[in-house]
Amino acid sequence: MSTFNLTINGETATVDVDPATPLLWVLRDHLKLVGTKYGCGIAQCGACTVHIGDSAVRSCQIPVSAVGSQSVTTIEGLSENGDHPVQLAWIENDVPQCGYCQAGQIMSAAALLKNNPNPSDEEIAATMSGNICRCGTYTRIRSAIRQAAENKTA
Amino acid sequence: MTLIRTKIGRRSFIRTTAMAGGGLVLSFSWLASCKQEEATVAELPDEWFELNGYLKVGDNGMVTIMSPNPEIGQNVKTSMPMIVAEELDADWSLVIVEQAPLNTEVFTRQLAGGSQSIRQGWDGLRMAGATAREMLKQAAANSWEVPIGEITTHEGMIEHEASGKKAGYGEFAAAAAQLEVPEEVEMKDPSEFKIIGTSRKNVDGPKIVTGKPLFGLDYYEDGMVTAMTIHPPAFGARLKSFDAETAKNMPGIVDVFSIKLYEDGYLKHPFDTTAFNEIIVVAGNSTWEVMNAKKAVKAEWEPISEYMDEYTDFRTGEALPKRIPAGMESSGDHRTEMETLGAKLAKVTRKDGDPDKAFRNAAKVIERHYSCPFLAHNTLEPMNFFAHVTETEAKLVGPIQTPEFMEKSVAARLNMPLENIDIQMTRQGGGFGRRLYGHFVVEAALISQKLKAPAKVVYTREDDMSYGNYRPAYYATYRAAFDENNEITAFHVRAGGIPESPLFAHRFPAGAIDNYLAEEWAIDSNISVGAFRAPRSNFIAGAEQSFLDEIAEEMGKDPIAMRLEWLEKAKNNPVGENNDYDAARYAGVLELVRDKSGWNQNAEGKYRGVSAYYCHNSYVAQVLDMVMKNGKPAVDNVTCAIDCGIVVNPDAATNLTQGGVIDGIGHAMYSQLSFKEGSPEQQNFDRYRLIRHNEAPKSIDVHFVESDVHPTGLGEPPFPPIMGAVANALYKATGERYYHQPFISEKQLRG
Repeated sequence: MSTFNLTINGETATVDVDPATPLLWVLRDHLKLVGTKYGCGIAQCGACTVHIGDSAVRSCQIPVSAVGSQSVTTIEGLSENGDHPVQLAWIENDVPQCGYCQAGQIMSAAALLKNNPNPSDEEIAATMSGNICRCGTYTRIRSAIRQAAENKTA
Repeated sequence: MTLIRTKIGRRSFIRTTAMAGGGLVLSFSWLASCKQEEATVAELPDEWFELNGYLKVGDNGMVTIMSPNPEIGQNVKTSMPMIVAEELDADWSLVIVEQAPLNTEVFTRQLAGGSQSIRQGWDGLRMAGATAREMLKQAAANSWEVPIGEITTHEGMIEHEASGKKAGYGEFAAAAAQLEVPEEVEMKDPSEFKIIGTSRKNVDGPKIVTGKPLFGLDYYEDGMVTAMTIHPPAFGARLKSFDAETAKNMPGIVDVFSIKLYEDGYLKHPFDTTAFNEIIVVAGNSTWEVMNAKKAVKAEWEPISEYMDEYTDFRTGEALPKRIPAGMESSGDHRTEMETLGAKLAKVTRKDGDPDKAFRNAAKVIERHYSCPFLAHNTLEPMNFFAHVTETEAKLVGPIQTPEFMEKSVAARLNMPLENIDIQMTRQGGGFGRRLYGHFVVEAALISQKLKAPAKVVYTREDDMSYGNYRPAYYATYRAAFDENNEITAFHVRAGGIPESPLFAHRFPAGAIDNYLAEEWAIDSNISVGAFRAPRSNFIAGAEQSFLDEIAEEMGKDPIAMRLEWLEKAKNNPVGENNDYDAARYAGVLELVRDKSGWNQNAEGKYRGVSAYYCHNSYVAQVLDMVMKNGKPAVDNVTCAIDCGIVVNPDAATNLTQGGVIDGIGHAMYSQLSFKEGSPEQQNFDRYRLIRHNEAPKSIDVHFVESDVHPTGLGEPPFPPIMGAVANALYKATGERYYHQPFISEKQLRG
């Protein structure tokens, strides 16, 4: 067990855990930030996507010991009032079906738009193909990302 | 208006909580979900008044509507309350939706399955709203001393035009709660609907996009232990012994022990699972510690012997025997068995005319074989459940499609009366049939009982994929006979699978062909199977619709025109009995998809496949367009036409349909679960392929037939036919027919 001081959603969080514990389980079990989801544990489904700095990462693959002082953003901290352009576009397009993958989808989409404010459909597909939606909301995800991109630049 | 006697299903309207004054102060539970924007405390009423088990009206006019059925992504948590709100004449912006717990006293069929929630909930939901509205009107009539017949309602307001009196529902909620439930109520004519038929956003949407706790896996209670299970690595194996000394001493581990799911002699219901009756449990303080300790458990397994199992039938309740063979099965052997044993085992299930003679005298016969593999449901939220069992009662919380059935299983296993068991449903990260089979509910209860603590059982993805109730492997042979004029004279289907047949003998084209023969067979297996989105249809539709495409080609006919010709015959002059579809509605969706897709127009550079199917009381026709992209076929656009009666929430229904289409393309093209020596060869998404974003169509256009027929199924019907449309479009694109799913494994596409 070791103590880690993490910066999550702009706040400091201290946890005492096995250094190998994936960030995913630190978030879910220890910090009760359960918006970040477990789907596969091997970085194949994208349900656990969070941001480290401005990059989307799979939190199931990052041991807590590797996070250091980097700033972590989860779905709970993406915006204060649920009004990030991607979240608004998700509501506007009524994207979710079961909803389980959507936090990961939104975090992937938000990082994409941060780094590429006006992505083509091919660029959207290239990034978003790392996130599985078992219900098949892909066409709505694409529409929502397009809309969020427009609203951001408008 | 339709006058409905409330006596039918009257138990639904008995107030659940009897209390002085009729008032009910409600505290928000963890599971309570709010309206579109989360209700702030200031907006909440001081007092709620329960008018029936489905709804409460607050003194400030807010309305809480209980959504009775499990929400698995089919959006019933929005659409079922919409139906109540419609008949209540509620202001939807003042409605709070709450997931109801299992309550068999108030609600009927709290089950997500068979695409029946809206269809079977329809009358009860409407009556709940209409009854409450009648009581509010009566309360106003009493107070204003005017005849109830002169009172009207509109968006949460009660009005008496002649006197100019007007009040919100909140004002009369207390008085209404004191009234007797009326004997008869008026329900609206569909032409009067104001909420039904308009698109309303998912009531959980804001919570989903902000990551609020909603799902079973998100449920925590203080002092809760996390538990994981270890089941045999192969079907056909069982636990012999295990050594958990190392694991028990690992950090954070509370205990390691084995549990027996069902006791000997217990008569199982259709949603009890038996593949692995004895499993090892590792329980600890955190998921990661438990995952690690799991790896340190040394278990020995041994082969099972053949045994007879017994289940009650879903519809009749009759006990049915089931032979579970010994042995560790492999997919290669399954394929050989299906190819060779089907013809020997087949039994006739329907015969019209003289098909034997027609085939003997045919000028030409075509014969084609189709197959599909086992599939794992792979809900993205793996199996999990919370339980807190004490000596006298059990509280269970989590994602389950069959709470009523699993309550019985838990009651039997804990030897506890049903009324001492409380099951609450969380939002579910996908269902697709997997969560009909709630062995994990019983596991959670047994774990909590053993540890004397609240406990949540959690499956890893590998656990989930290797302990499934899979879609069976199916195989079908189709034959058609033609005369010298190239007219069809006979049709023969022989279908079976491991361990069940996918055949629906009375579905189209039965009824349209003079000489028709349907046969089925099954081969026993110890691999556990279950309902998977549109069971059986999810294979046989695609096979049949691909074969019809070949028949049309043989006859030199347009595939839509040929189907319409056959349906015309089935409508005017049906062959045989028990045809289970309405030929006019079937033709209706084909005509609609033909027109909306521009089927008869030139589609340069597009390769088009059509398919149509009837299941779960609804009709779906689809046209799928492929294009060549980098020398390979890719799905471009899909047009869907659907007749599912009245559509409650059109945009959500469109979403569900689009999802069904993508799901169907994905499973036809990419997914399979294969077995080697009883063990699934795919146990996570590195080897089990699900459709991804870049493989989805560019667009999916959905068109509903306008209808005032009461609503029918939608979660399942769009899924089965698309597989035929994929195969038929692939043929146009590549010049080769595709018979064996997943199509990506066939040589032409491997590339």
